[in-house]
Amino acid sequence: MSGTMRQIVPVTAPGRDSQLERHTVNVGPQHPATHGVLRLILELEGETVVRADPHIGLLHRGTEKLIEYKSYLQAVPYFDRLDYVSPMCCEHAFALATEKLLGITVPERGQWIRVLFSEITRVLNHLLTVVHLALDVGAQSPSLWGYEEREKLLTFHEAVSGARFHANYFRPGGVSKDLPAGLAEEIWAWSESFPKFLDDLQNLLNENRIFRQRLVDVGIISAEDALGMGFSGPNLRAAGVAWDLRRTQPYDKYSEVEFDVPVGRHGDCFDRYLVRVREMGESVKIIRQALKNMPEGPVKVQDNKISPPKRAEMKRSMEALIHHFKLFTEGYHVPAGATYTAVEAPKGEFGVYLVADGTNHPYRCKIRATGFSHLQAIDLMSKGHLLADAIAVLGSIDIVFGEVDR
Amino acid sequence: MTDAQDQSAGTVAEAPVDPFESALRALDGVRDVSVDHGERVVRAARGSLADLMRTLRGDPRFAFEQCMDVCGVDWPQRAERFDIVYNLLSVTRNDRLRVIVTTDEATPISSVTAIWPGTAWWEREVFDLFGVIFDGLADHRRIVTDYGFEGHPLRKDFPLTGYVELRYDEEQKRVVYGKVALTQEFRSFDFLSPWEAMTTLPGDEKADPKAGSKA
Repeated sequence: MSGTMRQIVPVTAPGRDSQLERHTVNVGPQHPATHGVLRLILELEGETVVRADPHIGLLHRGTEKLIEYKSYLQAVPYFDRLDYVSPMCCEHAFALATEKLLGITVPERGQWIRVLFSEITRVLNHLLTVVHLALDVGAQSPSLWGYEEREKLLTFHEAVSGARFHANYFRPGGVSKDLPAGLAEEIWAWSESFPKFLDDLQNLLNENRIFRQRLVDVGIISAEDALGMGFSGPNLRAAGVAWDLRRTQPYDKYSEVEFDVPVGRHGDCFDRYLVRVREMGESVKIIRQALKNMPEGPVKVQDNKISPPKRAEMKRSMEALIHHFKLFTEGYHVPAGATYTAVEAPKGEFGVYLVADGTNHPYRCKIRATGFSHLQAIDLMSKGHLLADAIAVLGSIDIVFGEVDR
Repeated sequence: MTDAQDQSAGTVAEAPVDPFESALRALDGVRDVSVDHGERVVRAARGSLADLMRTLRGDPRFAFEQCMDVCGVDWPQRAERFDIVYNLLSVTRNDRLRVIVTTDEATPISSVTAIWPGTAWWEREVFDLFGVIFDGLADHRRIVTDYGFEGHPLRKDFPLTGYVELRYDEEQKRVVYGKVALTQEFRSFDFLSPWEAMTTLPGDEKADPKAGSKA
């Protein structure tokens, strides 16, 4: 294990004594390279980072407190607004946690749809991260290309949920609606064209000299450090730990799909980039399997005490009307208990620690944000690098502040 | 689910339960081991938390390399009102463990940052939102709330609306804090309606044959 191979090369501008020039730079909170509202206090020696102190919380909205005052169903949209780059995966964690406490199982088709859209969301997320990383280090065209692809995927989001980002699609008990007619074919067609795009993207970046110069051997974190810092997801895998919750602790239908888990070796920015690009290819594999294996049938539990009845039924059946009314005012009561349920979100382990007290709203809903742990390590990873490298490191660990600040 | 090394478990009594659980029970500071919804939960004594965590991290039988999350839960009606919850993960054994200790506003908990450096921010967050002090945590700054914020928002006695709100002051040409002014009183409905809870409705006794014979 190359755990101790971290090299800190002091960079000194010729003809100057960097020791004399220790100063502090305030980056952000409004700066495009900080990927949101991050205030980063950098202590510099010349242009070398000595200490990085991120100040977070500028986007803190008190989500956890708010959820304590909402019914379980009303809590779901808050999860879209956490990691707004991969909204459905955040919903997924909450839905799974609530289902565990309720003791219900989602019908087959519902589970497959959730796997399908988790993977679409993963591609959506990685596309943004990868092209933004390229943008951060000076390559502009990938971002334009990537956004075009993202637009196609967001159309799928829109088709199932009516919203491009804040989908509110995964619900405790399944998904809110079945796929509209023809969508499966559209997604299939996309999955045939996307690998070509992925190849083009890699042709553009993988061997690009500037891209490599900016990323290779920058922001190295060893496997040991990464574990200690609570890393997860692609950032942990880039450091050489083969750990993917979809594989090791599968949920929904992940145990029935075949895919590879790309693992890096060096734990530097370039490996983090590579892992994400490869993961997109694996996601396409899973998407195709999900489309193939998806049976017909209900998409949510057929218990009207948990999932609302059909609109048409409501117009005719008194009982359905009552169920609808009760669900959208009072909601359902969740038996007392606690669970920590985590999913492999595109950024890593996204967990929900849900404590229920038997009433219709959560007693406590702790959100384990992935970016929180990753951002914490920015000091460790950018120490000894140049100021511009700190930005590359920040871009490579995939931070979204909706989630970090909650 | 967990096949901890059997040779270690073999030494611990006969134990009809699984050997991993009895190994956990044998540890110093473990008060109770239970399984909640398929997840193993350890209730630990506050005093020996640091030693317990060091064992859980270092001992190959447990090998919890990662502490994914530290969070608080407030139960104001209890004497020791806070639960501090550690969610541990072992990537080598593919296992999770939840460790819970209790404390109150004044009693510090020993910090685990020396074992998992990544817990520093989580502990800062618990301090920020609940006001629990961590003994050995180097950095006790607030983390998610504003600079100069007062109070600990995730305590149950902290109102959802808070005490202060921000507005832009035209005269001072900057954003200032003011007291929260609600145009409508804050309403919190409890939906503990009789729909589910009330099992016997007025008149039901007439249908009950026993009650009927009494009359």
